[in-house]
Amino acid sequence: MIPAAKNPALELRHVSRRFGATVALDDVSLAIGSGEIICLVGRSGCGKSTLLRMIAGVDTIDAGLILLSGDEVSGPSAFVEPEDRKIGFVFQDYALFPHLTVEQNILFGLKGRPKETVADRVAEILDHIGIEHLRTRYPHMLSGGEQQRAALARALAPRPHILLMDEPFSNLDRGLRDRVRDETLSLLKNLGTTVVMVTHDPEEALSAGDRVVLMRAGRIVQTGSGYDLHDRPVNPYAAEFFCAFNKVPGVYRQGYVETAIGRFAHRLDLNEDSPATLYIRPQGISLSREPADLCGRVHSRVFLGDVEQLAVKVEGLEQPLLVRTMQRLAAGTDTVGLVISPESCLAFAAE
Amino acid sequence: MTSAARSRHRRSTGSRWLVCAGTIAGFVLLPFLALLLQAVQGSAGLWSHLISTVLPVALRDTVILLSGVGLIAAVVGTTTAWLVTAYTFPGRRALEWALLLPLAVPTYIIAYAYLDILHPIGPVQGAVRWLLGYSSPREFRLPDLRSMTGCILLLGFVLYPYVYIPVRAMFLTQSANLIEAARTLGIPRRAIFWRVALPLARPAVAVGVSLALMEALNDIGASEFLGVRTLTVSIYTTWVTRSDLPGAAQIALALLAIVVVLVASERWARGKQRYSSSAQRNRAFEPRRVSPAKGLLLFATGLLPILVGFAAPAAYLVVEAWKRVEFAGLSPRFLIEAVNTIGLASFATVMTILSGLLVAYAGRLRPGAASAWFLRLSTLGYAAPGTVVAIGILIVLGTFDRLIDRTATSWFGISTGLVVMGSSAALLYAYTVRFLAISAGGIEAGLSRIPLSFDHAARTLGQSKTGTFRYIHLPLSKAAITAAGLLVFVDCVKELPATLLLRPLNVETFATHLYGEAARGTYEEASIAALAIVAIGILPVILLARLGRVSSP
Repeated sequence: MIPAAKNPALELRHVSRRFGATVALDDVSLAIGSGEIICLVGRSGCGKSTLLRMIAGVDTIDAGLILLSGDEVSGPSAFVEPEDRKIGFVFQDYALFPHLTVEQNILFGLKGRPKETVADRVAEILDHIGIEHLRTRYPHMLSGGEQQRAALARALAPRPHILLMDEPFSNLDRGLRDRVRDETLSLLKNLGTTVVMVTHDPEEALSAGDRVVLMRAGRIVQTGSGYDLHDRPVNPYAAEFFCAFNKVPGVYRQGYVETAIGRFAHRLDLNEDSPATLYIRPQGISLSREPADLCGRVHSRVFLGDVEQLAVKVEGLEQPLLVRTMQRLAAGTDTVGLVISPESCLAFAAE
Repeated sequence: MTSAARSRHRRSTGSRWLVCAGTIAGFVLLPFLALLLQAVQGSAGLWSHLISTVLPVALRDTVILLSGVGLIAAVVGTTTAWLVTAYTFPGRRALEWALLLPLAVPTYIIAYAYLDILHPIGPVQGAVRWLLGYSSPREFRLPDLRSMTGCILLLGFVLYPYVYIPVRAMFLTQSANLIEAARTLGIPRRAIFWRVALPLARPAVAVGVSLALMEALNDIGASEFLGVRTLTVSIYTTWVTRSDLPGAAQIALALLAIVVVLVASERWARGKQRYSSSAQRNRAFEPRRVSPAKGLLLFATGLLPILVGFAAPAAYLVVEAWKRVEFAGLSPRFLIEAVNTIGLASFATVMTILSGLLVAYAGRLRPGAASAWFLRLSTLGYAAPGTVVAIGILIVLGTFDRLIDRTATSWFGISTGLVVMGSSAALLYAYTVRFLAISAGGIEAGLSRIPLSFDHAARTLGQSKTGTFRYIHLPLSKAAITAAGLLVFVDCVKELPATLLLRPLNVETFATHLYGEAARGTYEEASIAALAIVAIGILPVILLARLGRVSSP
């Protein structure tokens, strides 16, 4: 886990917000170091976008404290208007002003600065993002990817202390999305920008951020690197958010979870004989040609391209086990042997 | 940190807008409250007097008039809408927009024009007699136009576009899929209208008819010229000839009760319409080709309401105005009236648009129950007839004037008289109350098309709330504001009842001049004024026709 910097660029302390009866944010605390790229991830309605809007100051908080570079911007004793926060924001719909050209959109955030420096800054940012040729175009004349870059240029032009991005890639086609994301993130890394980005896509979250913050129902579930969240989730929700596990019921005994398909060593903070659930990654189960301890009947198969997903009926289990394999099975194969790699398994107390 | 210091006034900007919106809503509400209060305070004896004398006749006449006008507007509006959407024939495109033209003719002008056109010694009756071989009006004359039937027919033929517009929109956006489905289910072409299109259009017809009836309720000129004693006319005479304000207030209350019924039915119909239109996304409706002979018949059918509701009266006004100008030129009096009319309407438009902006923008800055209520209250006047609003304002400003007068007398020993009521302030107030719905509603709709993320983008790029309004919302809702301004302006020019009741002494506008001459039975210069009103009234029709073209295939 990357430790948060000593002088965080952004700090949230016990932030809460409710809309009527619904709690949008519930006691959220988080510190973000300068130059860090943070991914807020969660299902829709988990409060991630609300959190972003609080940081920007376009919405207020009910309780807690938000500090930008150590100064209180939202809290009991102060509220800094969004225009005074030095924050860049890239919106999901880009929010490019339709009555202004790309250049005028960028100039919008540079009002009140000396003329010469403004012209230099516009040229510089257009060059950085690589959209000089779009300077005089209006937003409706731009493709999705171009609009995204124009929005990024506009947000970065005033040199914000921190850049907020709300699902910035979700409006792009799949192929384009990966490319634009890679380009954008490496650019932001090079510029050393502090970024808080919101996404609902688990893969994007794991690949994009230095740190990932998983949220659920207004609370932070887990914070850490992509590896932490994927490999060492703190609870079943975090586990299942990033991977579709096979769940096998069992019992916890002497450091093992005992199930119908074998014993697996796991240290759980549980009493002897309490019910536990074993979580097995579909790609952690391999097929064996030799006779194996564990056998099953192929129930259905779905070919996905690189891998094939099999549902294998195993005696003693109600649900078939899902297996993702790159091995090719001969057509008509009925019975297969299965080998489960212990490191692909997690265990939690039964819910 | 400087920004922290600056921020102590947390939500102050938004609050200021909200307070403004609340004040405006209060001003709109005030005349209605005053009316209620005055009506309740009026002596009990007055109520029984009213119930035994004025009310029964006025109520009966109003109900008959509304039923008749509603029926005609519904039939003409729906038929013409079906005609231009279901069939294609030479001239269809022209009919599509020309059918909107009667909107340019206020009810009092159509009555004024036809009284002369169909006069027993006028051109039409003369021609009929000549054709039939009679020589004098004593031997033969058409039934008198000055009757309930005449009033119903005339109002129906100028108010049907209120039905035509929503029903045509409904046919255009709704029917294609459903009609094709009906055909595959074995319903023959000729039965489509009755079995599918008409049931589908019912909510739109209801919306249109309620709007047409609100216009009919507001009418004072046509009913009075044609001798129909509606509630609106009764209010006017009760105040003007008998100076009986409590009595007028009580009749106004009865009128408001009818308005409430109309508004409720309109809301109900709109609710249904929204439900059905959200059910599916549709292609445009493919009109059917017809034979030339049938095409000609359809064209003639579509032309009839345009002739009756617009072409004939407009042609008459042009001819009469031309004769008048030839004979006497434009009198200075006409020019003064033009200045009065345009000046009052312009002032009122600016006031109405500014108020509308405040109310609509407050709703965007501070969304919530308060701003939603303010918006709803400020649009209260759209359904209220001009007489009702005017009587309410008379009560409010009369009280206010007496207060000033008393204060001035006791403090300075000077009697001020009726300062406010004697000025144009009363009239501008009435126009604003009446037409704020057009402006606030239109601007609100325009603003709601601007995504909220634009506001946030502007704020994070360093603009304040006011700057965001100036650089983002204003330029992006310019079209909506302009359209609303045009509609308000034209409505102010056409407005008759409130203008009659509240204009300062000796100030004449086109509308009041026309009313005065028609009421006296003289027709000197009124045709020029009427023509001017109709010409101005065509402006929003052009706007409507252009909007309609976007949605038509």
